[in-house]
Parts: sequence; structure tokens; C-alpha cells
Amino acid sequence: MVTTTALEAELLEVAGAVPDPELPVLTLLELGVLRAVHAHGPDSVEVELTPTYTGCPAVEAMALDIERVLHEHGVRDVTVRKVLAPAWSTDDITDEGRRKLREFGIAPPRAGRVAEPVGLRLGPTRTLAQEAGEAADPVRCPHCGSAETELLSRFSSTACKALRRCLSCREPFDHFKEL
Amino acid sequence: MSTDVTTDATVTSAALALGDDALVLSHRLGEWAGHAPVLEEEVALANIALDLLGQARVLLSLVGDEDELAYLREERAFTNLQLVEQPNGDFAHTIARQLYFSTYQYLLYTELAAGDGLFAPLAAKAVKEVAYHRDHAEQWTLRLGDGTDVSHQRMQRACAALWRFTGEMFQPVAGLDVDLPALESAWAASVTDVLRRATLAVPEGPRSGAWAAGAGRQGLHTESFGRMLAEMQHLHRSHPGASW
Repeated sequence: MVTTTALEAELLEVAGAVPDPELPVLTLLELGVLRAVHAHGPDSVEVELTPTYTGCPAVEAMALDIERVLHEHGVRDVTVRKVLAPAWSTDDITDEGRRKLREFGIAPPRAGRVAEPVGLRLGPTRTLAQEAGEAADPVRCPHCGSAETELLSRFSSTACKALRRCLSCREPFDHFKEL
Repeated sequence: MSTDVTTDATVTSAALALGDDALVLSHRLGEWAGHAPVLEEEVALANIALDLLGQARVLLSLVGDEDELAYLREERAFTNLQLVEQPNGDFAHTIARQLYFSTYQYLLYTELAAGDGLFAPLAAKAVKEVAYHRDHAEQWTLRLGDGTDVSHQRMQRACAALWRFTGEMFQPVAGLDVDLPALESAWAASVTDVLRRATLAVPEGPRSGAWAAGAGRQGLHTESFGRMLAEMQHLHRSHPGASW
């Protein structure tokens, strides 16, 4: 672990409090996309930001917001660097982030369900394994809590969400899908 | 935001090839906006296109200025596979193209992610997205192939029509250090399995040789690609430097 100075910890908190532009209930720290803040002296910092999806259009808005809040905090020179590795995963969303998503009407991603890309077998196994996994750890309706929900579309209003419907209360809802 | 441009010529050609695949397929999928059979598919195809565009931006930025590369190169300078430039056709054609390409891309990125090359970080990121693209294509192949008589016929026709473009995916690309024969057999096994479960016949036509297609990596493209590029590049060429 790289040592973090008190200043870096302070600036990480400031930058981390920026709300996500698409899911404003979450902060960047809760979403897990803010990797580090490196201070090169009190007036110059570099922020490492990782995208949820490679093509996520919100990254640029996030970078501008981070620059703005750090400028307002008195840092003159802010560089936001986009980093890809290690790849972001929905497991990086904090517990508080998950709670807020549910409260906002979005079923949070299930923890520890991220498929390991390396060495994963192709063929029917993926789908079948997913179905078997559904029974043990169902996506619950964020409105009524029912475990009886069905998938309507793998892709919803944004790339990170799937569209589902609750079979108990009949409400459609977004599910932040595991990545 | 800062990016790092590479100067290694072989890495440049590999980044261009993979970046052009992603860019061109992204544009093709974007053409479905306003035309998809149902609203959910409209959204799904646009989301897949967006993932591919993100990959293209990272890959092309390894080579140079992403906008210049996307909007100011001539047709012969693009090195994408001929498969990805094929017109959308009916929905079955689009799904067959997705099945063939996403299976290839999934396997390729899995291998690149496991290495320590320049493409590893992007591949590790993108393979998780591509897993969803592949899943989407598989589900639709099963639904159309094992659906009505009409959907079965159209899916079968689409799979056969695009078959001759699939051999090109396994031709060597300078700077891309992967085990192509292993990739090809894994691809064939996976696609064959999906087609069988979809009650579709595995196409029998040649995938290599004189009757197969594929010189996209050498900059030779099919007729419709020029028209696609004209549309894709028109705005940027008419209004250089335009931004939102």
C-alpha cells in the first residue's frame, strides 16, 4: 500500500464527495471509481479515476466536477488521469452505496458475483451457471423486497443496468448488473 | 485527460486493427437507433455500441489523435475485419454478426487480459462488457433459431451469409501475440454449440481460401463500407473541430 499523506486523504475525501452525474444519490467514493489522489505539493494534485464501463460518457463530467471542487478547495493545478487497471468491478461499490441504490429504486449488484473473465469457459455453462446462481442469490425487487423478479432486458437506460420486473408488485425496476 | 501514445510500429498496427473493429461495429450498431424491432433492443444495441466506442477510443488513442484517426482516414487506411463493416441487414443478420464477432472478441480479450502486454488493462476491462454482448447474441440466436419457421429461416440465412467473413478473424496481425489456432478452435466450438442449441445448421461454406472473404486487415473493404464511412465522417469533415 502506498502511503497517503494527510493532505492526500483530505483531498480524496473532497473529490470523493462529488456526486455521480448519472446516479446523483451516490458519491464517487461510494461508487468506487476514485482510485487515488497524489499531491505534488499543496498546489498541484493528480487524481486517478477509473471508468465503470470503457465507454462510460459520465467520466468526462466526473473529471470536470473533480477539477471544480478541488479548485474551490484551493488547489490550483488539478490533473485527472483515467486509469483502466485494475478494472473496476461492481464489488467496488461500498455497502453504503448499495443501500442508497436500493433506496433510490435500483436493485444493487450482488456482491461476489462477478464472473472471472480469465479462463471462463464458453458455451452453455455461462447461462446455465447464471440460472443456477439466480435461485441461490436472487435479484430482489427494490420496492417490495420480493425475490420473484424476471429479466426484461440485459441492457437498460445505461450500460451498467439491466431492466427487470417484479412478479409480486408488478413494478419494473433497474438492476445494477454485476460487472 | 492525459493519454499515452505508443511509438512501437507493430503495437500500433495491432491497436489500429482492434480499434477499427470496435469503431466500425459501433457505428453499424448505432445505425439501428430508431429502427430496432422493439424498444428494449434499441437500448441494448445502443449500449453495446457505446461499449465498443469506448474500447475504440482507448485503442485509437494508443496510436494517435482519436478524432483524426476516426474521421480523417480514407477507406484504405482502415484495417477492420470485413465482418464488422457488413450492413446490418435484417435483425437476424445483425445478431449473427454479433454472435460471430463477440465470441471472437471475448476469447481474444480473455487471452490478452491474461498477458502483460500493452493491451492487458483494456482487455481485462472490456472482456467483462463483451461477456454481456456475447450473452445477448447467444440469447437472440437461440430465440430466433428455435422460434417460428420464419425466424428460423432468416437466422439460418444470416448465419450462412456471414460465414465466409469469419476466417479473417484468425489471420495473424502484427503486434498481436495470441495463439490463433487455439483461438479459432475455441471459437468454432463455442459458435457450433450455440447454433446446435438454436436448432440451426452450422454453415458449410469455406472460411478461408479463394471463396472466403477477408482482406480488411490489409485495407481492402467491401462496397458498403465506403458509404458507411462517408456518413460517419461527413460532419467532422464539413465542420473541422466542431464540438458539442
